[in-house]
This record gives sequence, structure tokens and C-alpha cells, in this order.
Amino acid sequence: METTSTSTIEQFAAQEYKFGFVTDIEQENIPPGLSEDVVRLISAKKEEPEWLLEWRLRAYRHWLTMEEPRWANIHHAPIDYQSIIYYAAPKAKGSGPKSLDEVDPELLKTYEKLGIPLHEREILAGVSNIAVDAVFDSVSVATTFKAKLADMGIIFSSFSEAVREHPELVKKYLGSVVPYTDNFYATLNSAVFSDGSFVYIPKGVRCPMELSTYFRINAKNSGQFERTLIIADEGAHVSYLEGCTAPMRDENQLHAAVVELVALDNATIKYSTVQNWYPGDENGKGGIYNFVTKRGKCEGRASKISWTQVETGSAITWKYPSVILKGDDSIGEFYSVALTKGWQQADTGTKMIHIGKNTKSNIVSKGISAGHGQNTYRGSVKILKGADGARNFSQCDSMLIGQDCGAHTFPYIDVQNPTAQMEHEATTSKIGEDQIFYCNQRGISTEDAVSMIVNGFCKEVFRELPMEFAVEAQKLLAVNLEGSVG
Amino acid sequence: MLQIKNLHVSVDGNEILRGIDLEVPTGAVHAIMGPNGSGKSTLARVLAGQEAYEVTQGEVIFDGKDLLEMDPEERAREGVFMAFQYPVEIPGVSNTYFLKAALNAVRKHRGLTEIDAMEFLTLVRQKMKLVQMEESLLHRPVNEGFSGGEKKRNEIFHMAVLEPRLAVLDETDSGLDIDALRIVADGVNVLRQQDRSFLLITHYQRLLNYIIPDRVHVLLDGRIVRSGGKELALELEEKGYVWLEEAAAQPVGA
Repeated sequence: METTSTSTIEQFAAQEYKFGFVTDIEQENIPPGLSEDVVRLISAKKEEPEWLLEWRLRAYRHWLTMEEPRWANIHHAPIDYQSIIYYAAPKAKGSGPKSLDEVDPELLKTYEKLGIPLHEREILAGVSNIAVDAVFDSVSVATTFKAKLADMGIIFSSFSEAVREHPELVKKYLGSVVPYTDNFYATLNSAVFSDGSFVYIPKGVRCPMELSTYFRINAKNSGQFERTLIIADEGAHVSYLEGCTAPMRDENQLHAAVVELVALDNATIKYSTVQNWYPGDENGKGGIYNFVTKRGKCEGRASKISWTQVETGSAITWKYPSVILKGDDSIGEFYSVALTKGWQQADTGTKMIHIGKNTKSNIVSKGISAGHGQNTYRGSVKILKGADGARNFSQCDSMLIGQDCGAHTFPYIDVQNPTAQMEHEATTSKIGEDQIFYCNQRGISTEDAVSMIVNGFCKEVFRELPMEFAVEAQKLLAVNLEGSVG
Repeated sequence: MLQIKNLHVSVDGNEILRGIDLEVPTGAVHAIMGPNGSGKSTLARVLAGQEAYEVTQGEVIFDGKDLLEMDPEERAREGVFMAFQYPVEIPGVSNTYFLKAALNAVRKHRGLTEIDAMEFLTLVRQKMKLVQMEESLLHRPVNEGFSGGEKKRNEIFHMAVLEPRLAVLDETDSGLDIDALRIVADGVNVLRQQDRSFLLITHYQRLLNYIIPDRVHVLLDGRIVRSGGKELALELEEKGYVWLEEAAAQPVGA
């Protein structure tokens, strides 16, 4: 039985990354390094209004006074922020693509290779029902279905375009959930953010299709600092998905994104992430540092924000998608699967801040560690004084595959209202040799058995994903577990 | 169908099986009886291919093939089934999903196409009736929260669906009340057929009241010390294992 678990670890480490190719395309990069001039240059390239430049500069000046957080259960060499390229873009022909026909065919090929549909024709032919915003390094290269969505008053565009077309909305909500002073990485993002997606769903509108952004890092030595802002007006509904991949490179690359969600009265936002950034090689060399700030605000009464994440990539993941439950009767949810294998590290979880009355939050976290992977759940539930009748349920389960990995759980609970109800459950299990043997004895290969057992373990999270993505997520997990046992 | 020749097996350097010779013909039902620690379950697990057991000597031929050369999954696909003494729980994986994966792995090995959802459902319903299994157990995660009796019945149900050539039942009767025992035994009896052999591993004679064996072998201290017809089980029931232990303790030729 020892033999099986040893080979499990070896095979896990030998697992290959399928999205590691590089697109050969003419890039426009600015020199590495960060200064006020760089911030001004980024803003100028995007032809931004003065107020946004000022906001960026305030963030940059504040960032200079900050230090990297040290409390997370992760370890890495110091990051040299002066060696990072803060703006990289595929060279524009003219003033940027107006329609898909103008997008560089190399880029379209890239997304095709990644399985991301950018041709509306194909999508309309019934392949899927998703509108996509494709972000390549620092810029959005294409957004599909804009016209159709616009008929319903839905705005779905790149962030840069939203700044030009809907400055009043951007100005009102930018930084309203994650202020530029929030934390080291969010502040850095506020200074240098490049592109991202912007969504506005008007009053009473139920978005008829999944909206999604696909992030791709391609350029070498560049960081990706995208910013996403989603606003669901009263009674609106939207389901949003993001996916991400990057080429295999020996250097670590920084990804420091910010996502802000705002839900007004009776609005619902469902935000799903399938994160598959390059995790580094079998010796832990290279890979993305994924330091991301995601937060939603249930501003209105009976509003709901639901985060679902499947985190399988990145050398290091540091993210805590959170919900501020301000409106009475609002609901916050967090469903997470985090897989660490090889030398990956994840410190992830959520914060639920209960402010309004009868607010509810639900946390389900599933951590899977294999190889030398380290997986930490860090969650905070805060019930403030006025949050009468607040309720929280947390469930944190960890699964270990092999002998050299680790699972850690740090739940923080702060209750200031005596009527609150809290429940916390935590389990740690080892993927049993006896489970694998049982599957083998029924004719199922060890590889299929591991994949089946892990998928079973994650079921409660996968069922929260939109149908087709749930299938994708299961496949992704299977691919990541491929060769995990010999 | 199954030939075991001079089989020696060790666990962590301790020899548990010390030269087993056994032949189970096609279609026969053989029982292996013995007290705790005699090596009964070790024999079952070695046949299924569990890795902790080290074969130091001897061979096992199944349908003319060297069984010990095969991985556990290959043995299963070749038609060796073991009903576990302690069936394992797999949370979040439904019984039907699991069985479909298992059946398709077996079918693929035999050069058959994968069974589709409708065919599978029809098959499962039919087998469910055969072994008196409740439909609710189908949709629950494999063995999770099942009672002891439900787990054992689920094993028999898996056997019915996978249609093995050789079924090894490892103390399937242990921990069952009389009604559950009868249901399990009925399940085995309906699956008894000319081209399928059974090896029943049991501590008690009780099971053999319901499943009548063709041969009974007594295992003591890693060796088969006596073989006989079904009446041997009754004799054991009456006298216990002590008289055989005493006989076995006599020096050779005494």
C-alpha cells in the first residue's frame, strides 16, 4: 500500500500543464518598473479622464507607504516590483478592434486553442450560451454579444470602454467596495490596473445568458492587474464566470486583480471562477502568484451575492472572496474547491461581514492537497452589533493525497450580537488506499478512482456552478489529477 | 477455474499463508472455514490483489492465466470479484455512477461497447429485483451511511451487475442478522450458475445452511488441514476447531 501512495506523489509532480503555449504576436510593452510616470503612461495609453488618473496616483502614493502582508501561510522569495512590466498589449492595428472581424487572427486562434468561443455565429449555433470578454495581457481584445445585451439595457464591456462610455457609473462605484487603500495588492492594482470587465444590469432585468471573462497572460515578465466591476441594480439577476490561463515560464508572474460587486435591493449576483493559471514546474519553478482581492457588497435589502471558485492553478493563491451583508435579509455565499499539487500553495477563504438584520451567510470550502501542496482555509465571519438574527454556516473539509502535503484551517469568528447563530464544521480526510483498492477491485483504474473520489468530495461546490462549467470543472480536476497515481 | 499451488504469503515479514493448495472447478462453490487469525481473509485479499500482502512462493492460475501477475483492476476485469468484509464508503459518488464506471471498465476489457444510460438503468432495475435491493440505495453515495446489512447487500448487488466468473465472499455473513443473512444467501443462490465459481470465506457454519457448498476446506494457521463435503461444516459446528488444531499439532507421521 505504501507503494501506491509513493507513486501517487511522484506522478502528481509529473503532471503536465495543457495551456502553457505562448502566442507569437507583436507586443507593445512599456519598460519594466513602477513610478508615477508609469502610472501616468498607463492612464494616457487608455486615454483616461483626469479624475481617474488622480485616483490612480492617490493609490500609487498610498501604496508607497504600505508593506506586503506577511500573515498568510505562504512562502516565496521577495517580489521585485521594479522588474515587472506593468503594461503589455498586443500591438493594435489602428485604434483597436471595433468588431471581431478586426481582431488579430493570431489572437482568435489563441482563444480557439483554449476552447473559448469568440465567434458569435458558433455560439448562436447552439454550442453554448455565453457572452465573453477576452482579456489578453493588459487589454480586452473582444467582447461578444454586446449588441444583443444592449437591447435589454445591459452593459457588458471592457473596463476601459466603460470609462469612456459610462463614466458616471464607473465613477460612482469604482472603489466603493474595495477602496484604493484596502490592502497592498489591491492598492497596487488601483494604481496600475489595465483592463477587465464592466457589467451593469438595469432594474428588474434578468441577464439572459452567462457573462464571462477569459483572462490570458501571454507577455513575458509582465504582471496582470485587471479590474472587474459588476453592478446589479434593483431586482436584477446576473451570473458571471471568469477563467484564466497563462504560458509556462520559468519566472514567477504576478497577477493582482480586484473584483468589486454591488447588489442593490433584491438583486442577485452569482460569480464563478475557474482558475487555472500556470502552477509552476515539478520543482516549483515558475508559476503565477495569484494575489487577488474580490469583494461584494449586498447594498440593498434581500440582495444576494454568491461566490463559487474552483482554484486549480497558480504557484500561490491568495484570495478571499468576501461579502459585506449590509442590506437587511441579504445573503452571502462562498463555495470553494482549491487543489494544490506539486509545490503549489493556496491560502484562500472568505470574509462574511454581517451588518444588516437577518442576514445569512453560507460557506462551503473543499481543500485538496497532493504532492508537496499546502492548502490553507482562512475565513472570517463577523457579526456586527446591529445584525439581529444573523446566521452563518461554515463547512471546511480537507482531503490529503500522499504524505508530503498539508492542510490547514484558520476560522476567525467575531460575534457582537447575542441573537446570532453560528455553525462551524470541519473535517480532514485522507484519500484512502482502501477506497482506491475498492474501486480497483470493481475494475476501475486507480487514476479514474482518484478522480471519482475527489469529484465526489467536491460535489457540493460543483453543483453551484452553471451546468456547463460544472462539467468543465470536473474535467479540469480530472486533468489536474491525471497521472496522479501509477 | 482457479488453481492455487503452494501459496506462501507474508505481511510485514510475518508468514500468514504457509503453503496453500486449492483447486476450485468451474461452477463449484467452495467454503473456506477457520478460526480468527487462520489466514482466511488474507487468502481472499491476495486473490483480489491487495498490495500489503507479499507472495513469497507459489502460484495462482485463473482461467489458465497467472493471476498474481495482474493488477487488481485487471483481475476484476478478467472476472474476479471480491465481496468485502468491510465495504468502503465513497462520499459524494452515487452507487449507480460508480457501478456504471465499473461495468464499462469491465466491458471495455472484454471488447464490448460502453453501455448507455437507458440500457444501464434497465439492467440495474433487473438486478435490483434479483437481489432484493431497495431503489433508494442506488442513488445514495457508495456505502455512505448504509447499515451493515445494506453494505453487504450492496456487495451482492455489485456482483449481480458485474457478473464475475469467480466470486470471493470475504466473511459476508459477519455482523448480519438472520433476515439479512437470508437475503444475502438468496442473492448468491440466484447467481449460482454453471460457469461461475464461488469461494465463501466464513468463520461460522451458519451461512452454509443457506448456501450449500460443494466442498469445505478448513484453514488453520496458514494451511488447509482438512477438506471434505458439506457435512464437514456441520462437524465443525459441533466440535469447534480445537480437535483439528490438536490434530494439526501432531508431528508429521505421528
